[in-house]
Amino acid sequence: MNDFDYLRATALDEASTLAKTPGTMFLAGGTTLIDLAKCGVERPGTLVDITRLPDLSAVTVDEAGATIGALATMSRVAVDAAVTERYPAVSEALLLAASAQLRNMATIGGNLMQRTRCAYFRDPAGYPACNKRMPGSGCSALENVTRDHAILGTSDQCIALYPGDLSVALTALGATVRTTSREIPIARFFVEPGDRPDRETVLERGEIVTAVHVPASAAAANSTYLKVRDRQSYEFAAASAAVGLELEEDGRTIRDIRVALGGVATVPWRAEAVEAALRGRRLGETTIREASRAAVEGARSWYANGYKIELACRVVARAIMEVGGIK
Amino acid sequence: MASLRSMELEINGAQYALTIEPRVTLLDALRENLGLTGTKKGCDQGQCGACTVHVDGERVLACLTLAVQAEGRSIRTIEGLASKDDTLDAVQQAFIEEDAFQCGYCTPGQIMSAVACIREGHAGSDAEIREFMAGNLCRCGAYNGIVAAVRKAAQRIQGAAA
Ligand SMILES: Cc1cc2nc3c(=O)[nH]c(=O)nc-3n(C[C@H](O)[C@H](O)[C@H](O)COP(=O)(O)OP(=O)(O)OC[C@H]3O[C@@H](n4cnc5c(N)ncnc54)[C@H](O)[C@@H]3O)c2cc1C
Ligand code: SF4
Ligand code: FES
Ligand code: FES
Repeated sequence: MNDFDYLRATALDEASTLAKTPGTMFLAGGTTLIDLAKCGVERPGTLVDITRLPDLSAVTVDEAGATIGALATMSRVAVDAAVTERYPAVSEALLLAASAQLRNMATIGGNLMQRTRCAYFRDPAGYPACNKRMPGSGCSALENVTRDHAILGTSDQCIALYPGDLSVALTALGATVRTTSREIPIARFFVEPGDRPDRETVLERGEIVTAVHVPASAAAANSTYLKVRDRQSYEFAAASAAVGLELEEDGRTIRDIRVALGGVATVPWRAEAVEAALRGRRLGETTIREASRAAVEGARSWYANGYKIELACRVVARAIMEVGGIK
Repeated sequence: MASLRSMELEINGAQYALTIEPRVTLLDALRENLGLTGTKKGCDQGQCGACTVHVDGERVLACLTLAVQAEGRSIRTIEGLASKDDTLDAVQQAFIEEDAFQCGYCTPGQIMSAVACIREGHAGSDAEIREFMAGNLCRCGAYNGIVAAVRKAAQRIQGAAA
């Protein structure tokens, strides 16, 4: 790990101003940042510890929605009674992520900002070429093992996966990211790699995520997060889906449906085509399975990750059937 | 070079003064600067749980925590688990009885994690124990003994509390 200075911020605007200096980064739970500093991927000059800033860790749930402070830990939010009841997909996505120790450390703001687990990205000494670390240097993944890489939202510069779970649930439920200067719909918060894979979110230097707001809806209250992975626990998703569903009074016609995918794309991936194919339709396994094919529209696989195309469709279908009460 | 930083850490109820670079992790501070080598370094990357300690009563990974972040917090390590007269904690005792280790390298982390797991109320069934202990890997594969030990300790602690 490179040598760095450490400052502990006591006020939000102070932290924001400090971090305008190039090389300065915010430190929250440290579970991404310290890890990547040890890998030699992040080389901060100064860390501004924001964990002791006041008023950023509250979780408030009212009729309009849930407001989750950026410094609330994953473990705290996961067991919040109101979140669990009205936003089950959020709670489930958190509980299925990482480990108990990591969830105690990791914050909601840091969670959104977690970086890819691409093995080549994480190993600068072994693989100098990585467009995400150094634009223009090439991509080491393309001619190597791509089993854990993305099939959606890729570019010829980078096929790295966004590995997080929470953001997938937040994307399905149409959350907003609040920062020190604005409110950003989550669909616009993350950016696909394109020709600038180093740029992963629209956050500007010095801008701090202060909270995430999830609007209340019937679909949010009847939602789930399904995560399929190589081992039963403590593993990133091979494919995952967050689904929220609201039915008409008849109990079988779909009024509102929200679908987002994880473990398959460069950013949390809203599957609007699946939603459109199902809105107004009757719940039924065949209808759901057919509609779920639309989840992978435009998908492109690289050798070893082709399995994700079929897996994603099945995970989406199973998640919809689960919230729809179809066994 | 970054300047050295003086700090006090409260570990197992005692105050320790040290002057270190801000980049020093809590794990390295414990082991290299303070001679508290009960906490183990496995992966040093947040993946194995060998370095599990409690900060303000919650289990965390010392390898991804900077020592300076723990300033003003209350830290507990495996050395601080037994009582002053050396009576073992219920979890330590159950690990011995259930033979919950082979080489023992992962054990301090397993035990610190298990103490918190039981306190959180996540030791209600074997499945729950497996899920909430998933962050602690054991290269020797002593998992069956570990689950049995956590179950036994949880029953004793809950029995004592009831
Ligand atoms: C072994 C392991 C397994 C994991 N498994 C999973 C998993 O299964 N699913 C999953 O979703 N995640 C998983 N994670 C990732 C984990 O959830 C993230 O590392 C964590 O949520 C990051 O939060 P943090 O507070 O520790 O962030 P930090 O590491 O402190 O920060 C991460 C980044 O965000 C920036 N940042 C932090 N807070 C803010 C803010 N408020 N405003 C602006 N910028 C900010 C920092 O500058 C840094 O660049 C795993 C991590 C590890 C190490
Ligand atoms: S996939 Fe992206 S992150 Fe991975 S090596 Fe290629 S450019 Fe780097
Ligand atoms: S040494 Fe900290 S998790 Fe492995
Ligand atoms: S007893 Fe050897 S690693 Fe667990």
